[in-house]
Amino acid sequence: MNSKRINTDICSGNDLVVRLEGDTLVMRGDLLLGEASAFVNAFSRHFRSVPAHQLRIDLNGLKNIDSAGVMALYYTKKKLKENGVEAELEGGSASVLDKIRLFYPEEEMSVVLPRRQGFLEQTGARVREFFGLFMMEFLLLASNLFYWGFADLFRPSVRRRGDVVTQATLIGVNAAGIVVFLSFVIGFVIALHSAGQLRPFGANIFIVDLVVFSIMSQMGPLLAAILVAGRSGSAIAAEIGTMKVTAELDAIQTMGLHPIRFLLVPKLYACMLTMPFLIVFANVAGITGGALAANIYLDITPEIFINRMRDIMMMKDLYTALVKSQVYAGIIVLTGSFYGLRVLRGAEDVGRMTTIAVVVSITLVILADSVLGVIFY
Amino acid sequence: MEKEKVVEVQRLHAAFDDTVVLSDVSFSAYEGEITVILGGSGSGKTTILKHLLALYPVKRGNVFVLGNDITRLRETELTELYLKMGVFYQSGALLNSLTVAENVALPLSQHADLPKELVEEIVYMKLGLVNMSHAFHLYPSQLSGGMLKRVALARAIVMDPPILFCDEPGAGLDPVSLESLDRLILNLKNKLGMSIILVTHELTSILRVATRVVFLDQGVVVFEGTLEDALDNDHPVVGEFFSVMKNENMRKLLQ
Repeated sequence: MNSKRINTDICSGNDLVVRLEGDTLVMRGDLLLGEASAFVNAFSRHFRSVPAHQLRIDLNGLKNIDSAGVMALYYTKKKLKENGVEAELEGGSASVLDKIRLFYPEEEMSVVLPRRQGFLEQTGARVREFFGLFMMEFLLLASNLFYWGFADLFRPSVRRRGDVVTQATLIGVNAAGIVVFLSFVIGFVIALHSAGQLRPFGANIFIVDLVVFSIMSQMGPLLAAILVAGRSGSAIAAEIGTMKVTAELDAIQTMGLHPIRFLLVPKLYACMLTMPFLIVFANVAGITGGALAANIYLDITPEIFINRMRDIMMMKDLYTALVKSQVYAGIIVLTGSFYGLRVLRGAEDVGRMTTIAVVVSITLVILADSVLGVIFY
Repeated sequence: MEKEKVVEVQRLHAAFDDTVVLSDVSFSAYEGEITVILGGSGSGKTTILKHLLALYPVKRGNVFVLGNDITRLRETELTELYLKMGVFYQSGALLNSLTVAENVALPLSQHADLPKELVEEIVYMKLGLVNMSHAFHLYPSQLSGGMLKRVALARAIVMDPPILFCDEPGAGLDPVSLESLDRLILNLKNKLGMSIILVTHELTSILRVATRVVFLDQGVVVFEGTLEDALDNDHPVVGEFFSVMKNENMRKLLQ
């Protein structure tokens, strides 16, 4: 034992006074949550300067203690031990000892943190997960969805009556307004910016070629698909995700219904049915916007515009748009459903998966557009 | 010595649009007791609880919690009051994006300046109290309903609040889990002197833990008093609820 008695004030707040008197840590007052943090933070600066190998923690002056206080004593003892000091609790009123008995860990606590993976390990696991699980699940759902979409075409009894019409209204009809409006604006803007480039060359009439070709082959179908992906793809993901969280999908399954045939196939039909119309609307609105700008900035009358349009438009553009509409519809419904089904953990997951569904479906639509563009060029 | 009131509700009235949910409800809950608010579905139990937690604005009447009139508290005062209240929600209401440990640690790490290691040890100890320390690193989605409730209880008591509010803690639990949850709640009262307001209609739970009973029927308090008085009360609704206890054999069995 250290013969020299050193007294140090560790902590002297209103409610708790802690003093190191030689080989004894004397505590007086309340050791509750508020005081526990002050005590631990103050005493942690003195762990190394405790002058004895044996320290007595005198609890006789403690009036109140709570679980945080008890754990602060445990923590202090543990930290002292790490610094070569064995500490013992001494004294204490009946109520303080009751709380200590209730909360003080019986054996040494070791909170084991899970091992962190290294960079290579993480990359490997992600690649394996992407190809081994993610892509497999995606392809499995795609094959299921398209198989049942084809097989159930003439079997309306497996769906709810009127479901395809309801879904077509939600996915397609309700999106028509925004598709028409934005296509019109974009057609107008394309013509407006091109007008300035064509006028100096006296090539005013080619504004028609430019507008019609860009809208019909690219902008119209793409714009309609992007808007439907953002608007309806997210709605599909959120709906399926919420149904998964609330066990509605399980309920559908245990009622003897096939979730893909009952829920997803009607959405696929609805999207495939309405997408060509949306693309046609987008084309008409975009060309109308372009014609208006051509009329205002290049004095091309609607009659001239339409006559020129007749010369340059080909039926192939329409077929291409039709094929594209079916591919886009498939991508949007498949991606929305896939991410909806990946929801695991409630509301937050629904939001996360919905966002991913929109981003992925727009990306896939643009990629598909590029591929189809090359094929039909 | 008369016990101190921890909750006092005076002539509370609540309505949603034209539907009256609570009509002149008055009752008190006392320190160190378990007060059970019970009644059938739609009787206004949860509405009362939400008023006590200041989640619904009090439009008519007064609500006092730990001596504070909650209608007159400023936001900072209300936050201070919340630190003295533990709340245990029916669904557990754990944050799904956080692990069990992070969920339980959340109030501590936000409101106390403790070393991370100590916070982890407190959380581990609290999870140990509800036999859930093995779930320290798991996510709520990996737990069963009963486990979620035990973790939710650990979070509710992590700050050692003097008052604990529980909204239907036993809903959906099997009898064994329910008994262990009731034992935990009793321990909180007996060992920590916590005052507990319990909203439930689980008869076995009520018989095991209740000190006082507040019986609601269609938004009106039809009985307030001790559990023993409730069992002998002859109000038709109260009598019907406790009718199983009129049978002497059943009474012995349940008690």
